[in-house]
Amino acid sequence: MTGEKATSDGIPKTVDPVAPVARRDLTAYLAWVTTPALCLLLVAAWWTYVDLSGISKFILPTPASVWYAWLGLLLSQRAWIDTLMTVYATLVGFLWAMVIGIGLGVLIARVRWLEQTLNPFVVASQVLPKVALVPLFVVWFGFGITSKVLIAATLAFFPILTNTVLGVKSIDQGHRDVMMSLNASRWQVFRKLELPSSLPYIVTGMEVGIVLAIIGAIVGEYLGGDQGLGHLLVARMNAFETDGLFAVMIQMTILGFLFYFAISLLRRALIPWHESTRRG
Amino acid sequence: MASTVQFQDETALGAASNKRGAAIRLERVDKWYFTNDGSVHALAATDLVVAQREFVVLLGPSGCGKTTLLRMIGGLIAPSNGRLQVMERDLWQGEARQADAISDLGIVFQDANLFPWLTIEKNIALPLELKGMPGKHRLARARELAGLVGISGFETRWPRELSGGMRQRAAIARALSHDPGILLMDEPFGALDAMTRDAMNIELQNIWLQTRKTIVLVTHSIPEAVFLADRIVLLSPRPGRIDTVVDVPFERPRSLDVQTMGEFQTLAKDLRHRLAEIS
Repeated sequence: MTGEKATSDGIPKTVDPVAPVARRDLTAYLAWVTTPALCLLLVAAWWTYVDLSGISKFILPTPASVWYAWLGLLLSQRAWIDTLMTVYATLVGFLWAMVIGIGLGVLIARVRWLEQTLNPFVVASQVLPKVALVPLFVVWFGFGITSKVLIAATLAFFPILTNTVLGVKSIDQGHRDVMMSLNASRWQVFRKLELPSSLPYIVTGMEVGIVLAIIGAIVGEYLGGDQGLGHLLVARMNAFETDGLFAVMIQMTILGFLFYFAISLLRRALIPWHESTRRG
Repeated sequence: MASTVQFQDETALGAASNKRGAAIRLERVDKWYFTNDGSVHALAATDLVVAQREFVVLLGPSGCGKTTLLRMIGGLIAPSNGRLQVMERDLWQGEARQADAISDLGIVFQDANLFPWLTIEKNIALPLELKGMPGKHRLARARELAGLVGISGFETRWPRELSGGMRQRAAIARALSHDPGILLMDEPFGALDAMTRDAMNIELQNIWLQTRKTIVLVTHSIPEAVFLADRIVLLSPRPGRIDTVVDVPFERPRSLDVQTMGEFQTLAKDLRHRLAEIS
């Protein structure tokens, strides 16, 4: 039985090997050109508007002054401490959300009575705007880092939970039959089938969750304490330093990108087999 | 119409195949499904003995209970009544499946059901992994089996990178990996195109001749049944029950040319007429 014989019954012959590849390459190339071009266009439009309209710098500063404010931020030790505080609250909150979200999600998906019992509460707490809990958490846990971590965790928790439940419930019956025909134990079914099969769903939940965790941490910092990028933002607003305000926003955006990028790397590492990981 | 085919009576089943010892033995096995709208008799009380190293094909129209029968033999669903033995050991004791009987069975489903997160070789080795065989040994075994089913060189690919026919080959290798005495196949080539299907039938015969497993295969294709089987068990629907049993006398190994023989065509025609009567 040669490789040649095996190939004759068909490694995908139906796929035209040239056309789709060429199209993919062009699309990737396009993004590298259009993104900087659009950014430049936006900055140019912004600058022109500020120049021509004579708008107050307290309302809209020039791109240049925002740029210098951001450089100032990078040179300030205080701003780095604030950044690190936000990173800490986001990460720790996100990790808690993952542990509890995945654990509870697997349980809810597998234990029917638990799902029936908890479902009304899950729905109710999902409908509640989570940021409404911020003042309560400040009352309960003070102005320190704990309340920020908890808010980040609360926000990140639900997408991770619901995606985990969906993932475990979406397991192919044929795959279950295979495990049953091999007399797999419950633990083996979980470890070898349920967990890997739901990972794409869980990673998607994590992608949503990490963004929400940043939002949670920053909103928490608005209201309480004197540390973190959220606090820095409010301080700049109160000082009428609009260029500083923009600078903090840039810092936050970079932070968001880094977190999202980290999860994308995780996606490639955890589910290299999945369609979503296929390189363009 | 003159025919070389001997239709046996259902009760003659045991006697025909007792000489080699039974791989599978069913005594008055039946299956009821209970739904909100009442109960469905999926399979009437059935007796069947499959000898060791025999190739038996379950043939019948849809709803005849052939898949139900196969899944019961595979331990995936429990019979409502009766006794089911695999290699002379009871498959069920009360509600509990017996692990030692299960390990004599390998199942190939209509869909390959490969795990997309495992490479081909790891899919093939999955049964061995579950049994705790060390990694090196099981991957060596997986490569050996990949050779047997004709997918050497694809061991480290993802399942999505293989064609339907090759995925089904991998599924056969997986079912063989823990070296069960019996291979159960539920319409394994039903989703493949006609040419691939012919190639797979030849391949399956080769695998059977090399490994000397007992094979029970479900199909609704008459040519496939006549080409592969030592014995064809024809089932009729409502409720599912064994209608007739046909011995297929052709020499092994059979080539696809056997299909052009007069005897082959007579046999296929008789089966087609009988199927039309009972459907």
